[in-house]
Amino acid sequence: MPIHDQSYRHFEGAKAPPGRAWLVIAKAGVMHMIRKRLFLGLLIVSWVPFLFRAGQIYFSTNFPQMAMLAATAETFREYLEQQNPFVFFMTIYIGAGLIANDRRANALQIYLSKPLLRSEYIAGKASVLFFFLMLITWVPGIFLLLVQVMFAGNFQFLTKNLFLFPAITVAALLQVILATFTMLALSSLSKSSRYVSILYAGIIFFTTAIYGVLYAITGSSSMSWLSPTESLAQVVDVIFRLTPRYMTPWQVSLIVIVGLIAVSISILERRVRGVEVVT
Amino acid sequence: MDSNLQPVPAGPAVVTPSPPGPPPVDRGAAGSPAGTPVVQLDGVTVIYGKNQALKNVSARFERGAVGLLGPNGAGKSTMLKALLGFVKPNVGRMHVLGLDVAHRPMEIRARLGYMPETDGHIPGMNAVSFVAYCGQLAGLPAVDAMQRAHEVLYYVGLGEARYRNLETYSTGMKQRIKLAQAIVHDPDLLFLDEPTNGMDPKGRDEMLELIRDLGHNKGVSLILSSHLLPDVEYTCDHVVVMDKGQVAAQGPIAELKGPAGRVFELRVKVATGSLPGFIDVLQKAGMECHSTDEDVMRVFVPTGVGGSERTDQQILFSLAAKEGVQVRHLRPSVPTLEDVFAKAVGEE
Repeated sequence: MPIHDQSYRHFEGAKAPPGRAWLVIAKAGVMHMIRKRLFLGLLIVSWVPFLFRAGQIYFSTNFPQMAMLAATAETFREYLEQQNPFVFFMTIYIGAGLIANDRRANALQIYLSKPLLRSEYIAGKASVLFFFLMLITWVPGIFLLLVQVMFAGNFQFLTKNLFLFPAITVAALLQVILATFTMLALSSLSKSSRYVSILYAGIIFFTTAIYGVLYAITGSSSMSWLSPTESLAQVVDVIFRLTPRYMTPWQVSLIVIVGLIAVSISILERRVRGVEVVT
Repeated sequence: MDSNLQPVPAGPAVVTPSPPGPPPVDRGAAGSPAGTPVVQLDGVTVIYGKNQALKNVSARFERGAVGLLGPNGAGKSTMLKALLGFVKPNVGRMHVLGLDVAHRPMEIRARLGYMPETDGHIPGMNAVSFVAYCGQLAGLPAVDAMQRAHEVLYYVGLGEARYRNLETYSTGMKQRIKLAQAIVHDPDLLFLDEPTNGMDPKGRDEMLELIRDLGHNKGVSLILSSHLLPDVEYTCDHVVVMDKGQVAAQGPIAELKGPAGRVFELRVKVATGSLPGFIDVLQKAGMECHSTDEDVMRVFVPTGVGGSERTDQQILFSLAAKEGVQVRHLRPSVPTLEDVFAKAVGEE
């Protein structure tokens, strides 16, 4: 009798019910990224601003002569804005290939022949980007708040600015969801992750440039809604109870953001299919 | 040994034919009454733009190994994709393993393995990670998925290459890995779309042996879509012949090859008569005639025309002589699936 039967054997154990495959996709995606050194480097660098801000809070709470550096609600809003470049690079690095690489390798037919819905596939892929973007926005934002309490040794700042918890959460969620869905939609449009990266960067820079030109010509910031980045900044200002920086009504900026997410979901619905039909 | 994994007694190594053992457990359409087909299509029509890929197709795929045969563009792949739920039929109903495709696609896919025609893999993975990942997607626990990944990779002959990145695999290896990902979760039914495409002769034989073993010794029902008649004839017991989006013939291969009779391969030279005249005479005598080349033809002589093989040959010679055609070569043959296919799609 062979020590180990290498033939085909039937599986009689219990299988997970359908509906959990998105977790498998998300876990595999996260593990795949963590194994990349370049990515880990980018992840570590994106936490450097957190260390500076933590240092700022430490000195301002422990040394009275540095009280002018004391944290305010605006400090947290500024911190989230400082993370924008990292969000941009992370979105490109992680997101560009999420669906494009699967399309290039004809993996969609493999995925969708398994017991998982298209929405589960999208949720799994989105979770990978969502997880890492939250790791460089929401997680350090909340940590910063906890650091403030820790270094100050009291809850005075926190009780005075209790709205910061939901503000950081909602602002980070809005930014991360927008980046995740727009990038996934672009990734589903092509088989080349490079092309997707260029397209994403192009859209971000082009819309901001268009707004910049219009601002230079008209001297009015009422066209800020043309740029998703500026629209997000406008809404986040309102979330942090700050005076909005542009003349565009924040509701219009919010509609632009929600509209972009809706369009992205619609693109994903059309593009993520087991078979591509060309008529 | 994991208690979840039940050994199948009649287990061969990669391409070794199974030794005789206890009969395999038939798992196709498990839970449904005996005699229920594993796949049934009723009046299915699929339209891509202006092109009708499937035209009112009604077909039954029995348990065991069934060939889906037809030339390129016949609608074979479209049928498989419709059964998987990738393509929604415009009209008609489909049942797989007794479940309605339109209403219970998840349950069907949990019990189904699909080996696509085109190359497909998850980028950046090695073979064992890829197959284990596919197992997990199909609902296997992570540990079991990894164990089965190793096992099925050995089974398909990729045991030594299982830690290599998939992007470095040859065409033949890619075909094997596609089979491995299709069987890792132990499906009740397998859809194999042109599984021998691009394989060298040795690899092709090994792949066919694996398919035959799965279908005949492991109790896995399978549908083998192919345009290669020898592949279907070697691995399957039943066949559904497709042509131009329609079912041209279906049934057990042995039955379709009938009625009983003899087939002769003839090479002829026209002396004084004409070839069409000779073919006409043969047909009037109750024989079927398919030209395979200008001067080569296969003639089917039904039982009752002659009696013995010798008498059949004499009749052929006498008819040829009567029509002024010289028979330069005559070789007895047996009816093959090729004859069934040619007859079904109306080839001359």
